[in-house]
Amino acid sequence: MEENANSGGARQAPPKVGLFATCLVDMLRPNIGFSALELLRAAGCDVEVPKAQTCCGQPAYNSGDDASAKRLARQVIEIFEDFDYLVAPSGSCAAMIRVHYPELFHADPAMRERAERLGAKTFELLSFLADVRGFRPRGVSCKASATYHDTCSGLRELGVKAQPRALLAAIEGLEMRPMEGEETCCGFGGTFCVKYSEISDAIVTEKAENIVATGADLLLGGDLGCLLNMAGKLRRAGASTRVFHAAELLAGRALHAIGEEKP
Amino acid sequence: MTTALGTFKDRARKALGDKTLKTALDRTTGNARVKRAAAVAAWPDFDRARAAAAAIKDHALAHFPHYLEQFERNALASGAKIHWARDAKEACAAVIDICRQAKAKTATRSKSMLGEEIGLPDALAEAGIRRVETDLAEHIIQLAGETPSHIIWPAAHRTREDVSKLFQQHHRDHLLLTEVEAMVASARHELRDDFFGAEVGISGANFLVAETGAICTITNEGNAELTTTPPRVHIVTAGIEKIVATTEHALQLTRLLVRSATGADLTQYTTFHCGPKRAGDRDGPEEFHIVLVDHGRTQMLEEMPDMLRCVRCGACLNHCVVYRKIGGHAYGGAYPGPMGAALTPIFDGLEPSRDLPHACTLNGMCKQVCPVDIPLPTLLRDWRAKSFRQGFESPALRRGLALWALVASKPRLYRAALALALPLLRRRGKDGWIAALPFTPGWTQSRDFPTPAKKTFLAQIESGEQA
Ligand code: SF4
Repeated sequence: MEENANSGGARQAPPKVGLFATCLVDMLRPNIGFSALELLRAAGCDVEVPKAQTCCGQPAYNSGDDASAKRLARQVIEIFEDFDYLVAPSGSCAAMIRVHYPELFHADPAMRERAERLGAKTFELLSFLADVRGFRPRGVSCKASATYHDTCSGLRELGVKAQPRALLAAIEGLEMRPMEGEETCCGFGGTFCVKYSEISDAIVTEKAENIVATGADLLLGGDLGCLLNMAGKLRRAGASTRVFHAAELLAGRALHAIGEEKP
Repeated sequence: MTTALGTFKDRARKALGDKTLKTALDRTTGNARVKRAAAVAAWPDFDRARAAAAAIKDHALAHFPHYLEQFERNALASGAKIHWARDAKEACAAVIDICRQAKAKTATRSKSMLGEEIGLPDALAEAGIRRVETDLAEHIIQLAGETPSHIIWPAAHRTREDVSKLFQQHHRDHLLLTEVEAMVASARHELRDDFFGAEVGISGANFLVAETGAICTITNEGNAELTTTPPRVHIVTAGIEKIVATTEHALQLTRLLVRSATGADLTQYTTFHCGPKRAGDRDGPEEFHIVLVDHGRTQMLEEMPDMLRCVRCGACLNHCVVYRKIGGHAYGGAYPGPMGAALTPIFDGLEPSRDLPHACTLNGMCKQVCPVDIPLPTLLRDWRAKSFRQGFESPALRRGLALWALVASKPRLYRAALALALPLLRRRGKDGWIAALPFTPGWTQSRDFPTPAKKTFLAQIESGEQA
């Protein structure tokens, strides 16, 4: 298991965490970035947001463009390798770095080693908070019902399943409702959703029906890409479910849901 | 790939608009998922069994020539005749040859995906040999003039109601039957004469057992036994990757295969066929031929060895969000779903089938349910990389990705580009949402898109804001 800085005694120096906001959060929903920042600080980390960060390269990697993916992977490795941890509020970006960077550099031993070293200290935000920091939010309340969609990369590549639920259980007044097919892909798939938009639509239509069927006020998840897909479908379908990244709720920053602009 | 029904996207679109198909797919795959989940939950240590199953296949593949030769020796000793076929053409030619020597007018056939893969139905038709499909689902699609759309339930795209009409039209009695049992009885009645009249019976194989030279078939309807026992000649067509070292290994794999496919502990029939009828046997074929087909397998040993573990259980199809929406025919190859998307580029070439590995969200559910732990998303991603390297992707996409990567690798330029682009995008927003995106209309055809932030997260951090 990872070391737990909390259990090692209060005098231990706080770990240096590099927050990788991810390109989608950066562009579309800074509130998730700020939520991550606050949660990591509350969990006793010394957090920095490196200015040179852009994108992890996943769109290139999943399109088969290894040269472009390597270019961006190299950049992420250089920016983050001196931190104790790289933490990202996204299962798929964290999995890209942790699982796929080493694969990407399989034929380049020196880079592969650096990729493996960074990969070993790269975490998805919610699992980092729960597993590595043993963190639970305190004094957060939210009177609402919510359902959780397990985003695929986090779930299957990083084992993120129990952690967000454990964290959310500490929110006062929040009622969690199970969803039919909560582990089934929402049809986002990165470039898939625009390249094969009609298939993607059929998948997210079923997902939206399952979300609405829970009757929950909120839909939560741990990956902005998937949340955008589901939020966009719910909105088009005229549903009133409000969509948040789980970190926003945990940080007590769930004021404006996706698509509800700050007045 | 482009078939008579157009490109992959055309076929997918057609499938998405087909309500009956949706009903049929929801029923079949939904049932399969529920039953498999129950079977796996009841298994004390499924993951260990899965690892053991993968190891059994990997062991056989690591000693491929050794076990194939052992199989051949033992099969010959049992009186079987062995025919090696490098490709689909040789395989079909071998089968037709045997049929001709047997002066066969009619050949019964029990379900075999390898037969579909090598184009055996067409080859038999060209040779003037009447083909009678004896598996119920294969019988249905033969009546409908179709190809299988699922590797376990070939007629997964048809509803009970469809089948009822089809039987009324084609069966001798022309009755409109609505009960499943009555429909099955009607098919049985229809096929009876051919079971006993056919000169040749053709089957596939689930396993080739090296230590005995036997082949194993796993079926539910008993039609395989009626296809392989009464005719004078039994022909087996099998891919060489079906080889396992021992009967014990075959049985261990069977436990996983059946649970993964249907959720049952066992199928109704697990039969080991070893050699022709011996003196004193009460029944069995006089001639027993085994056609061992390579058709890309040795190439896969080099390029995609993981895929040779596949036991054709269909679990990855049932759990695939894409397959569940578009069904099997949209894929355009003999094998659909995730395993089909991995295999079809081997059989049909990557360029014409390049859509298949791309039309996938890489969500990993297929890998999770695969009983022999095949990393399907990795294999599909590898095909994408190959397609990109070989220049099959559109110049616009290639240029777009390269330009984006160039900008994203220059943080200052990237920030400046965002500072320019986001306000433009924001202007399209109304009440927090954009209803029509430029450049990626695919998104907003069916979804709204939230208006981007006024200022990016990093820009806000830079200026010391805390939102
Ligand atoms: S790839 Fe795995 S899950 Fe899919 S058919 Fe083959 S063995 Fe079954």
